[in-house]
Amino acid sequence: MTRDRKTRDVVLHSGIPVRPVYGPEDLASFDPARDLGVPGEYPFTRGIHPEMYRARVWTMRQYVGFGTPAESNGRFKYLMSHGQDALNVAFDLPTQLGLDSDDPRAAGEVGRVGMAVDSLADMEEAFDGIAADQVSVSFTINSMAAIVQAMYLVVAEKQGIRWDRIVTTPQNDILKEFVARGTWVYPVEPSLRLVADLAEFCARRAPRVNPISICGYHIREAGCTTAQEMAYGLAMAAAYTELLLRRGLPVDDFAPRLSFNFTCWGKIFEEVAKFRAGRRLYARMMKERFGAKNPKSMMFRSLIGGGGSAFTVQEPENNIVRGAYLALTAALSGAQTMALPTYDEAYTIPSSKAQLIALRTMQICAEESGVADTVDPLGGSYYVEALTQAMEGKILEELAHVETLGGFVEAVKSGALQAEVAREAYRFEQKVLSGEIPKVGVNRHVAQDGAGQSQDLELYRADPKVAEAQVAKLERLRRERDGRAVASALDRLRDAARGPGNLMEPILEAVRAYATLGEMAGALKDVFGEHKEPVRF
Amino acid sequence: MRPLRVLVAKPGLDGHDRGAKVVAQALRDAGMEVIYTGLKRTPEAIVAEAVQEDVDVVGLSILSGAHALLCERVVRGLKAAGGDRVKVAVGGTIPQADIPSLLEAGAWAVFPMGTPLPAIIQVFERLGRSADRADAC
Repeated sequence: MTRDRKTRDVVLHSGIPVRPVYGPEDLASFDPARDLGVPGEYPFTRGIHPEMYRARVWTMRQYVGFGTPAESNGRFKYLMSHGQDALNVAFDLPTQLGLDSDDPRAAGEVGRVGMAVDSLADMEEAFDGIAADQVSVSFTINSMAAIVQAMYLVVAEKQGIRWDRIVTTPQNDILKEFVARGTWVYPVEPSLRLVADLAEFCARRAPRVNPISICGYHIREAGCTTAQEMAYGLAMAAAYTELLLRRGLPVDDFAPRLSFNFTCWGKIFEEVAKFRAGRRLYARMMKERFGAKNPKSMMFRSLIGGGGSAFTVQEPENNIVRGAYLALTAALSGAQTMALPTYDEAYTIPSSKAQLIALRTMQICAEESGVADTVDPLGGSYYVEALTQAMEGKILEELAHVETLGGFVEAVKSGALQAEVAREAYRFEQKVLSGEIPKVGVNRHVAQDGAGQSQDLELYRADPKVAEAQVAKLERLRRERDGRAVASALDRLRDAARGPGNLMEPILEAVRAYATLGEMAGALKDVFGEHKEPVRF
Repeated sequence: MRPLRVLVAKPGLDGHDRGAKVVAQALRDAGMEVIYTGLKRTPEAIVAEAVQEDVDVVGLSILSGAHALLCERVVRGLKAAGGDRVKVAVGGTIPQADIPSLLEAGAWAVFPMGTPLPAIIQVFERLGRSADRADAC
């Protein structure tokens, strides 16, 4: 085979052109003291801890949850017994949208893409035998974050554990849900109020709760570019910070507990540059714009998960290889926590075998590869430093563009941002089709005999009995609880929603009375109404 | 000849609409008139919009695993509302094993994850012309 000797043009997803060689001349405007610093210190370009993985390797936190709370409890324990050290809980769609399992709109969706939670009783079952002060738990829940976090606080209470001992991360990033992923319920303003109520309450009463996990991840999965992912993440962080400052909370009282959830699929060095530039920009923003004094308020603490859209339905076992590169990328990017998609991602929720392989991938990366031996091993590379600077410029451009749309919140309300992301997704798809973005097994090296298509893939199959069991349990709960206590707790919640006060206390009271999620969400809907989506693409 | 009119719809609770929007843009670029419903539409609402907008094809995008139930309800609803001639296509996270039962339930075409855009456009064009399901799939 003859090779084309002409050098390929390379332009990264973010629009940054890449030259074949980099050298000292590319770092003319680079000031190591200003731009790099030392690890664990402002501006945190090289990572937020001085020794990073030498002192402690990243937390391994696979996204898990399916079927009934009892089934999920079993999978939580299975993964923890194989060395996973924290939980990342997946909820089914009815739960994410505040619908009980017997709601007609929940038909066919109960327990499908996460576990079903109808009341405190389900959370008690999900965490049975898992002490709330022994494991940190993140909840992928947004419009229902205040209610689910309240349920967990009561679970801890019943386990006899004080709230200042528990570490949780409710995702609670509703802005991202309006742009991508779609689990919004209430209009934008009351949705933001719920985010702030939870964050404010936790800052005062449960100080180790990380009340908002700002997710560029989902917007990237919906189609935005690498630089846009970071820009949107920073724009959302600014929006939430402003929201909490308006509540009168001092920035250093809540900012140390803000965290991020980002993806890392794509080109390794582009992703690494994204995180290095993002950490530096976030530190500067928190210090210079918001006046933070505590260095912890300036730390971009991140869960980095390889995005599922990096994976292909064709030749699914290739995804195991892709997963290993994602783990490497996340480690080189300085992740505090890591989660990986499983090789069966494009088909359904993961089988236990697929989930174990993903966990083992992270463990091999951490313990065998040597990537954890030294901090920011790519620091000082001509290419990586030049790219980090170029990426910083791109992110700032994207942030300026968000301002031209009226700022992040306005751009979400008008649907302008959603349209922007949809356009990028389409552009990306066309690049895959043209082969400009290579995908082995899809547009390159496609097996002609069909041998690459796995016929014997062991896939998770949803059990239709799950919904029946969940509905029967809910019916029993409704019969056995004190109906009058529930009704009056829901009345108080409705009244509180009409006023300006923090909603967490009335939510906690309704949770303790075993009000259902659907009843609590419904009480809030009576007052807040529902979001009307600006449909643009 | 009028251009093919398509309703791209997201039934059920799943909020992932990247695929739906990408397909909608591709069909529009191929010269079709495309309406997108937005998220979380009930089968009844989709049927009503399809009839009101006089579309030729409804494309359902479902990633939650609830495709069997949702597809069947849209097909049944269209029949009941006098929209028999509207053809239904289903795309999303759909296991190969579920394709025959979706076709059985009345879907005219199924696009599992990984179907290339040109293949989808081609089938939509054929759906617009053909009265015979066998031609389409």
